[in-house]
This record gives sequence, C-alpha cells and structure tokens, in this order.
Amino acid sequence: MGNGRQDFKTNAARALADIALQKALQNVKRGFVVKREAARAKLPEFDTLREEARAIKDHTLSHLDLYLDAYERKVAESGGSVHYAPTAADARAIVLRLCQEAGAKLVTKGKSMVSEEIGLNAHLQAAKIEVVETDLGEYIVQLRGERPSHIIAPVIHLNKEMIEADFRRAHQRLPRERRLDRAQDIVGEARILLREKFLSADVGITGANLLIAETGSSVIVTNEGNGDLTSTLPRMHIVVASIEKIVPTLEDAATILRLLARSATGQEITTYTTFATGPRREGDPDGPTAYHVVLLDNGRSEMLGNEFADMLRCIRCGACLNHCPVYGAIGGHAYGSIYPGPMGAVLTPQLQGIDRARDLPNASSFCGRCEAVCPMDIPLPDMMRTWRERDFARGNPPLSERLLLKVWAYAARRSRLYHALARVVMPFLARRAGARGRLSQMPFGKAWTGTRDLPAPQGRTFQSLYARARPKGRP
Amino acid sequence: MSAPEEARATVLNRIRAALGVASLDRARRTAVARRLERHPCGTIPSRATRRGEERVALLTDMLTKQGADVSRVPTQKEAVGAIASYLGTCNLPPRLRMGADPVLAALPWREAWDIERSFGRAEPGDKASLSRALVAAAETGTLFLASGRDNPTTLSFLPEAHTILIAASDIVGSYEEAWDRVRAIYGRGTLPRTVNLISGPSRTADIEQTIVRGAHGPRRLLVLILG
Amino acid sequence: MPREFEFLESRRQCYILAPIFRHNVQSLPGAMTSTPAPSPQGPLVGLFVTCLVDLFRPSVAFAAIKLIEAGGARVEVPRAQTCCGQPAYNSGDRQDAIAIARQVVETFERFDYVVAPSGSCAGMLRLHTPRLLAADPNFAERAVALAAKSFELTSFLVGVLGLTKVAAAYAGNVTYHDSCSSLRELHVREAPRRLLASVEGLSLVELSESEVCCGFGGFFSLKYPEISAAILDAKVHDIVGTGASTVLAGDLGCLMHIAGRLARAPAKVEARHVAEVLAGMTEEPAIAAPRQSR
Repeated sequence: MGNGRQDFKTNAARALADIALQKALQNVKRGFVVKREAARAKLPEFDTLREEARAIKDHTLSHLDLYLDAYERKVAESGGSVHYAPTAADARAIVLRLCQEAGAKLVTKGKSMVSEEIGLNAHLQAAKIEVVETDLGEYIVQLRGERPSHIIAPVIHLNKEMIEADFRRAHQRLPRERRLDRAQDIVGEARILLREKFLSADVGITGANLLIAETGSSVIVTNEGNGDLTSTLPRMHIVVASIEKIVPTLEDAATILRLLARSATGQEITTYTTFATGPRREGDPDGPTAYHVVLLDNGRSEMLGNEFADMLRCIRCGACLNHCPVYGAIGGHAYGSIYPGPMGAVLTPQLQGIDRARDLPNASSFCGRCEAVCPMDIPLPDMMRTWRERDFARGNPPLSERLLLKVWAYAARRSRLYHALARVVMPFLARRAGARGRLSQMPFGKAWTGTRDLPAPQGRTFQSLYARARPKGRP
Repeated sequence: MSAPEEARATVLNRIRAALGVASLDRARRTAVARRLERHPCGTIPSRATRRGEERVALLTDMLTKQGADVSRVPTQKEAVGAIASYLGTCNLPPRLRMGADPVLAALPWREAWDIERSFGRAEPGDKASLSRALVAAAETGTLFLASGRDNPTTLSFLPEAHTILIAASDIVGSYEEAWDRVRAIYGRGTLPRTVNLISGPSRTADIEQTIVRGAHGPRRLLVLILG
Repeated sequence: MPREFEFLESRRQCYILAPIFRHNVQSLPGAMTSTPAPSPQGPLVGLFVTCLVDLFRPSVAFAAIKLIEAGGARVEVPRAQTCCGQPAYNSGDRQDAIAIARQVVETFERFDYVVAPSGSCAGMLRLHTPRLLAADPNFAERAVALAAKSFELTSFLVGVLGLTKVAAAYAGNVTYHDSCSSLRELHVREAPRRLLASVEGLSLVELSESEVCCGFGGFFSLKYPEISAAILDAKVHDIVGTGASTVLAGDLGCLMHIAGRLARAPAKVEARHVAEVLAGMTEEPAIAAPRQSR
C-alpha cells in the first residue's frame, strides 16, 4: 500500500485531473442521488422505517453473541455448517480448505465486499484455483486487475469505451469484427462467457447482505441473478459474511430490505432477493449439496466496545458515497481502500490502523450529508472526528498543520493577545491587498491562494471598531 | 478444544467482553428468545394495505415498471393460452421446462397441445420455463418462489424467458404477510433451501448506468395472475 | 464617525420599547421553549461576532446588531470572545476545544440569548459545546443551558423575535447558498428566505443544488485544497448558472471561499453576507471586491 498519506493526495490529484473519471462521476451525483430522493418520496414511511431499522440493529448488536448462537443452530438444523473466522487470514484459510476438500478447480463468485476485504481471490488463485467474478461490474474490474470503485456499482468510474476495450483485450478468441459498442453488446457477451463458468464451477462463493437468526438463512440482493447462479449450480455454496450482518427475524429483514435498494440505487427492491437456507433437501432436483457460512470478525467485535460501535449498523447501501462531495470529486480508487467514501473513512482506520489510513477521516468537509441520508442513522462525521482526535493525539498531522492549530488555539484562549495581534495583522493584510480587495498570493498562504484568492479584510477588526463606537458605559 | 471450537469461542468471548456481559445472563437470553418467538412487525407501508382489485393493480403496476410483462387471466384455459402466446411473442420455440408442481400439472395443457413440456431442473439449453409462486407481495411487485421438486430454482435463472403463475388469491400486500404464508406452509423457523423473491427480469446498470435486460438471468419475465 | 455607524448614535437616544417578544415555537425548530422574564427594554442578546467576521468583515456584525435591534432586542458585545473553538474541535484537538468551550460558556451565559451571524458557529454552540463539556461537572449543565439560547442570526430574527420583514431594498437577482451547518445541524432554511422575500426589489433565484457543500469545511479547505476547490467549482458553476448578480449566505467562511474562486474565474457575481443585505448596509464593497483606498 505504501505511505498512506502520500498515496491519497497523489491519487486524489490524479483523479481530479482525470477527465473520463470526472465525467463518469456525474452518474453518481445525477443518477443515484436523484433516484434515491424519488424512491423516498414514493414511500411515506421511509423515515419511520429508518428509526425502526436502527432499533433492530442496536438490539441485535447488544445481543450479538446470542443471535449468532441461535443462527448457528438453525444453520446446522438445515444441514449447513458455520465456521468462525476471528481474522481475515482465518477466513481465507477456511475457504481455501473447503474448496480443496471439494476438489475445486473453478470457483464462481457473487459480489462480496467482505471477500475483497480479506483478499480472498488472490489467496485461492495462489493455490491454483480459478476464480471468476460473475457480477458484471466485478467481472470487469477483475479483468482490469483493479478494485471496485464503489461498494454497489463497481465500475461507476468507467465508460463504455473503456469496458469495450477491456473485453476485446480479454476475450481474444471471439471474432474481432464483432459489435461491442453498445451496452447490450457488452452485456450479451458477458452473459455467454459467464454462463460457461456458472455451469462448470465446482464451488460458488457469495457474500450476504443479511443473515437471519430465526431461520439460519443468508440473504443476497442482486439485479443480475448472478448470485443465484453462483449459489445454486455448483455442488458447494460458501457464504462469507461479517458477524454484524445478522438480524433476528424475517420481519426485521423486511424492514431493512425496504431501505436497502431505495437508499442504494433508488429501486423499490432489487430484481432478486434470495433467502438461502442450507444445502439441497431430499428430493430437491437442484441446489448445492454442501452449504457453508464463514463468519468473519476482523475487528467487528472490537468495534462493539469502542466509539465506533454505531458503524456496525451499516448495511452497505452506498448512499453516503453517493451524496459525499469528496467522493463525488475524486471517486473511489483515490481512497486506496476497499471501502471508500464516508463509510470507508470510518471503517478503514479500524481495519488498517489510523496511521496508515489517516487521510480518509481527515479529507472531509463535515458537510453532514452522509449522515442525513444514512438509512441506519450512523453519525459518520462524529466518528470521523473521533478518528481525528486519535490521529492528533498520536502526533500524526504534519508539523505545519499542528503549528498553525497550536498558534491559533494559543491566541484564541487569550482574548487580549488575540485582539492585539488581530489589530496589527488585519490592517497589514488589508494594505497588502490594496484597492484590488483581494490577495492572490501570500507567504505561507499557498494552501489557500493556490486555488483561490483571499478576500481582503476590511482593515479594522470589529472589536476595535466597536470599542470606538461603543456607547459609554456599555460593555 | 478443536481449532474451529477455539475460533468460535474467541469471537463470542470477544463480543461478550466488548459488550460487558456474561454468557449466562438470563435477561438477555429471554429477550432474544422472545423476539425470535414473536417476530414482531415494524411499520407496514400504507400502500401494502390495499385490498382486492386495488392490490392486484398495485402488483401489476410495480412489476410492469420493473420490466416484467403482466397478464391477468380469468381461467386456467386462458392461462395456457397466454403461456403459448408469450413463447410466440418472445420468438421462442414451443418448449417449456417446469417442475412437478401439481397446480401447474393440472392446467389444461391439451389447449396448447403443441407445447412440448419437460420436467425437472433447468438444463442449459432450455429457453423457456414455467414456475408457480407461493405468494406475492404487492408492495413492490415481489413474487415468492420456493425451491424443491415442484418449482426447481434453476427454472427461475437459466432460461431466457420465465413465466410465473400466481393465483390472485395468493397476492398479499406486504412482505410480512407473505412470510406468514410461507410459515404456514413450511413451519416456523424453517425454510426450504431457497426462497427467491423475484420482482422483474434480470438486468444490470453497470455500463454507464444504462439498464440492459438479461444480464445473467431471464431476459423476459411473464407474470400470469390467475383468477 | 463613518456613516454606517450613525445608527449607533441614534440608538443611544432611544431604546426601543420592545413588545413582549413572540416565540414562533411551532414554526421553526430551535426557538426557546421557555420564556425568560421579559424586560421592558427587550431581551438582552450577546452577539457572538465569530472570528472571521471580527477579523475580516466587521460590517456583518454591525448589520447583525442593526437587525437584532430592529427586532426589539438589545445587543451587547462581550470583549472577551475570540472563537467558538471549531478549528480545534474539528482538527481533533480536544483539549483546546474544551478550553475554548469553557471560555465561551463563561463569557456568554449571562445573556438572554446568544446570536451568531454564522450557522457553523451557532451549530458549535448548540450541538457540540454541550458534548465537549458533558464530562465536566462545573460546565455540563451550563453548556446545555447556553446551547438552548444560542441561535444563528436569521433563525433568531424570525423564530424568536418574530421578525417577518426588513426595511431594506436591494435591486437585482440574488441567489442563496445554505451552509451545511445551517441546513443540517440547525435546520435553518426558511428563515433567511422569508426575510429576503421582504427586501424591496430583490428577487431570489434558487441554486439547482443548494443542499450541496461548497467545499470550505474550515481547515479542510487548507488541508486538501485541490479537493476543496473541485467541490467549490461545482458550486460556482451552479451560482453562475442562476444568472444572479449576487450570492448570499449566512456563513462568512463559505462566502470567502466562494468569493475567492469567483474572483479567479472570473465571474461577475458579488458575494455578501445575508445580514448586510437584510440590514440595508451594502455600501461597503462586496467580499473580495475592489476597494477604495483611503
């Protein structure tokens, strides 16, 4: 990953200069934002449901051990197996072992951010197992050797021409003169090629949007149907899910599902929402004969006990990304993390440590739109601020920042000194700006004047003017 | 302790330590058991409280907006006719894969004698399939299909064109009512291997947010409302 | 004495006999829910000047005083104030933030109300200061009490003083930028618009995306200037797209950031604080505009 700080600023600068990316990011702002608002307008109960969803998650998290226990028993009852993975390495090892036990040569995958988090694909590939992403966006980033740039829309950063080029490069055996310039051509080609993989896969791996304790079910939501072909056709289905995905009952799942698609893409519901419970039953003509769930901790249990517990309510809808001005300016890859945007700014320091990930919670204007749209009422800016406190306490900010702050705070705590200094500095700046009324450059001021002018102060400070004008005897 | 047991204990102990609770806390166990037992409902959207024809209209409207073709047929005979004509509309040969569902089997297939029916799970070469939904929630035009011999899961995903039959009397308003119906059939706390909630044909918007049908699952979905 | 301060002279002569001030408790959130004993001279407001107004644009504070007095309240300006502590707070420097918060409480708690011509400073007083001092037994309750009577200027004028119109005129098309704190921390949206609607000759054209951040974010604009500028460009594009000749806002930080970029665009749009227009005090050059040298 390199020196985290250097990467972020460099990546952000590159992203800002990337014309194709900037154009593509308009889809986030225009598309998702508008559609979510429209969906919300069509469901008068939306805000009430948010409160209820929050309560469901809070209740579940405060009884997490017991719900996991209940869930596990139900999975076993249905013929499935649960495997606990305290760390990412544990999870990788478990999945590899299961694949090897199944004699797997080919694994198909439904979209799973958790599997990205633990670096699953590379681990399986190193053991000579072919791994094919089947969600179209994930398939494309896999071809490109990239990570997804958005937790819901993996290739929001790409345009059609780039994807066509990727397909031509990767699918060498297809006739060169074939038509591939329309979205439907690309989708059509993916459909044919991936179908082969679906049908010959030995193991299918998916994530889970929800786990249901009442029935021992895992839930995935897709529009494509790839998750279902992944989980139904091979002889083994492995679910990789983090422990906070659990909810108590089918009714609780219903409440959350009413918020998920609407918050993510503005759909009322995704085309397919699948509740999977165990392997095939006796007499079933299709379905896997083995069903395994890998429950990942990787820092979640620690979060339960610290200031970031609220983050465990996250249902990975991506609304915060869609409404974030920073994400909208630089896109997902610049964050250098599996999880970008506001939710990534809170989660990544937990996973990677604040030293490495410090730019993420720092690169925010605290506009608060993320929190305003979060269906689970997660106080994202507050938690970013908490990370900043940790960052500051560790002495991480650059010297210039710490110095500026210290000088400012020192003066702000001493009003006489503050006002005395201001009485000198402000007229000086006003004179420097002169008749032009603004400053285009200032020593030590490049942080401001690099991108905008500094308006001139009016000259005298308010306190000094008011002291003159203040009526006698009035404070 | 075996390694898996140790891993389990590690995670659960960490959780309890973080929460500051003891494993044998009676009050907590009761709270969990109670919630699982009672499965309380949250707020049901008002649109899910429509009844009768309004409810059917809502289902139809939602499904149509989500890209499905919807047809209301008053009799079984017309249902078969609609299936046959749909295959024609989709430019598909008159061949249909279906499961062992007795309701589907009892349809008057002689009215569409040229449809070649085959049974069991979907095969890669199948172009068209027919399933029956247990129940549908009108609130978002969502059909609930259960896996098994009667309606194998692969019928919903492999073929190009999928037809789902639903009795008008099996249309409810909300997800919660739908789950109650499922519970009534399968028992409490258990589900078949899969319950698929299907609300339209397969689609993707991954390419520049342009919607394209038939990403991996069926390109076309016909929902036949019977009765 | 400069012309713009003549009103202070006249104020000495006549204290406005304030009616019992009205609370529009239902209409706007944030209005005080309990009524302190009304004094015959109207409630006493401590003006929270804000550091940016104090240092860069005093005319905003004078405009605020004029408006508050027009609404029937008295204004005092404690000398001991410097800053609300937001720069320290948002930088993770909790220690300094707490020290400054204590200072703010001590300086302002004696007033009936505290009013700031800034959504972000008012948000700091209302939401964050109580949280910063929650663990301090000497200050916890006092901070909560102060928060309850602290307001952003326009929401105070409309929601507490019941001011529905101002006696000002301003020719031209104006657009209004809602600062994120005003919008999301304080739920202020209607108050400035209601008052602007009463300004003679003024016509308000809304931004197409008024809910979106301008990219200032305090020190964020210095720590990540290119990202800040990119966000700003979208806002500037929106402002210019309205065809308005003036952009107003209730926060000087946003305005300096916006004006600084408009100047570089260059765009023929003036930036002013909404208080200046509402108080009819627009003789001073706009923000970042050319000035007469003395």
